[in-house]
Amino acid sequence: MPPAGVAAPLEVGVTEKIFLSATGQPVVALRDLSFSMAQGEFACLFGPSGCGKTTTLRILLGLDRDFSGSYRLPGGEDARIAAVFQEPTLLPWRTVEQNVRLVLPKARRDTDLDGLFEALGLAGMRALYPGELSLGLARRVALARAFAVEPTVLFLDEPFVSLDERTAQRLRTLLMSVWSARPTTALMVTHNLHEAMVLSDRIVVLSPRPGHVAGLFDIRLPRENRSPQVISDLMRSFHEKFPGHGTP
Amino acid sequence: MTPREPGPTTTTAARTGTAASTLMPALTVAVSLLGLGLVWWVTANGWHSRALPTPAAVWQTLVSEAANGDLFYHLGATLARVVAAYVVAMSIGTAIGVFLGVSRRADRFFNPWLILFLNIPALVFIVLAYIWFGLNEAAAIGAVAMNKIPNVVVTLREGARAFDPAYSDMACVYRLSRMERIRHILLPQLQPYLAAASRSGLALIWKIVLVVELLGRSNGVGFQISLYFQLFDVAGILAYTLAFVAVMLAVEFAMVQPVERYATRWRRRTA
Repeated sequence: MPPAGVAAPLEVGVTEKIFLSATGQPVVALRDLSFSMAQGEFACLFGPSGCGKTTTLRILLGLDRDFSGSYRLPGGEDARIAAVFQEPTLLPWRTVEQNVRLVLPKARRDTDLDGLFEALGLAGMRALYPGELSLGLARRVALARAFAVEPTVLFLDEPFVSLDERTAQRLRTLLMSVWSARPTTALMVTHNLHEAMVLSDRIVVLSPRPGHVAGLFDIRLPRENRSPQVISDLMRSFHEKFPGHGTP
Repeated sequence: MTPREPGPTTTTAARTGTAASTLMPALTVAVSLLGLGLVWWVTANGWHSRALPTPAAVWQTLVSEAANGDLFYHLGATLARVVAAYVVAMSIGTAIGVFLGVSRRADRFFNPWLILFLNIPALVFIVLAYIWFGLNEAAAIGAVAMNKIPNVVVTLREGARAFDPAYSDMACVYRLSRMERIRHILLPQLQPYLAAASRSGLALIWKIVLVVELLGRSNGVGFQISLYFQLFDVAGILAYTLAFVAVMLAVEFAMVQPVERYATRWRRRTA
């Protein structure tokens, strides 16, 4: 838990989340999961497969209301939420540009998106349909859509999974350049420790099921100083602090 | 296997191939229809009877009916009923179908009703509509729509069951309005099912409209056919039938297919 008194605009306090398995057996997915994030912080939710990372994200996105406990988002009731899902989830029957504009509030539908498309390298692709894009490009469009709404809180659910490492690396750089231009509170689910080390200010480490916070790992170094050498030092101290976690 | 030929030869061969492949189907259709006409002509000439007029006699009836305006008046009346019944059946059927597709409990409860309605003969709906609501236009169109609604419901229910929950999650997170969800997420996902229901719907509806007209209206193609039936005038019956088939073909090529091409433009470009 962070020290008391620190402003914490995103607070999570899930007491319990139970699934019914296919055979009707109750499975406890989360128990006493609580953490908080400061305004403008980029945090990663890190843990083994099946520990409830995506479940936590779905609860915070308001897609799963069947849990006990509570949470608070930055901005309160009129928080602008944006999400990048595991799959790009673009509407295949709308062009790249239409996909992005569709999620904007009505008053901002005609806003100038040139800068955003330019920054993500999508300038020449606004009139294409998602089916004409590679997975990497479709993921960029999903990022563009999320940043276009200028969210008060951004959720990312393994947005770079099933990409080759070079493309993923390029997308992480793009994500960071767009995010840094307007730092918003962001929570990203990942099971890639290296990715978490490169991107985040703080890693929230989850235990195996039932998921709860096993500990926090703060990275206070500016991102531009995180050379491969620094990252491997960080990895070493992470493994000392959380033995058994994050071994590839 | 022949080895790959050098560039220019291959392209020329491919080009003539595409020209032939676009021309062949049209040619086949033309030859096929000519063949049918020929069979009709030979049979009608061999079997001299008022019961089977020659193609020329039917054409003459068609021309004279067109000249005095009757043909267009009755075609128009029937077409208006087809359109009205189609619109009513598609909108009510889609609403019910989507509801049953997303609500499993409602589907379990109403499924027996649906099976019952699917199996009620068209004639029963028509007769009951005329008895209960009188010999009027609303009863006629309602009876035709009732015949088609269960089919639309069954097709669109499948469409709603195939909804991708990822899109509704996205719509929920980004707070799309109800109208936006219908327009950008619901209808595009239903499009193939709407197209299927429309296709089979138009064909079914126009056949039932004729029965409705025969039983209780005083205009339309069905009314004319019953008139010519009483006069034993087969040329008149065939003339009106062929004229309306031509109208429905025109609707298919001039409206249904262009709409479908527009709705699936994103699919063609990706293919």
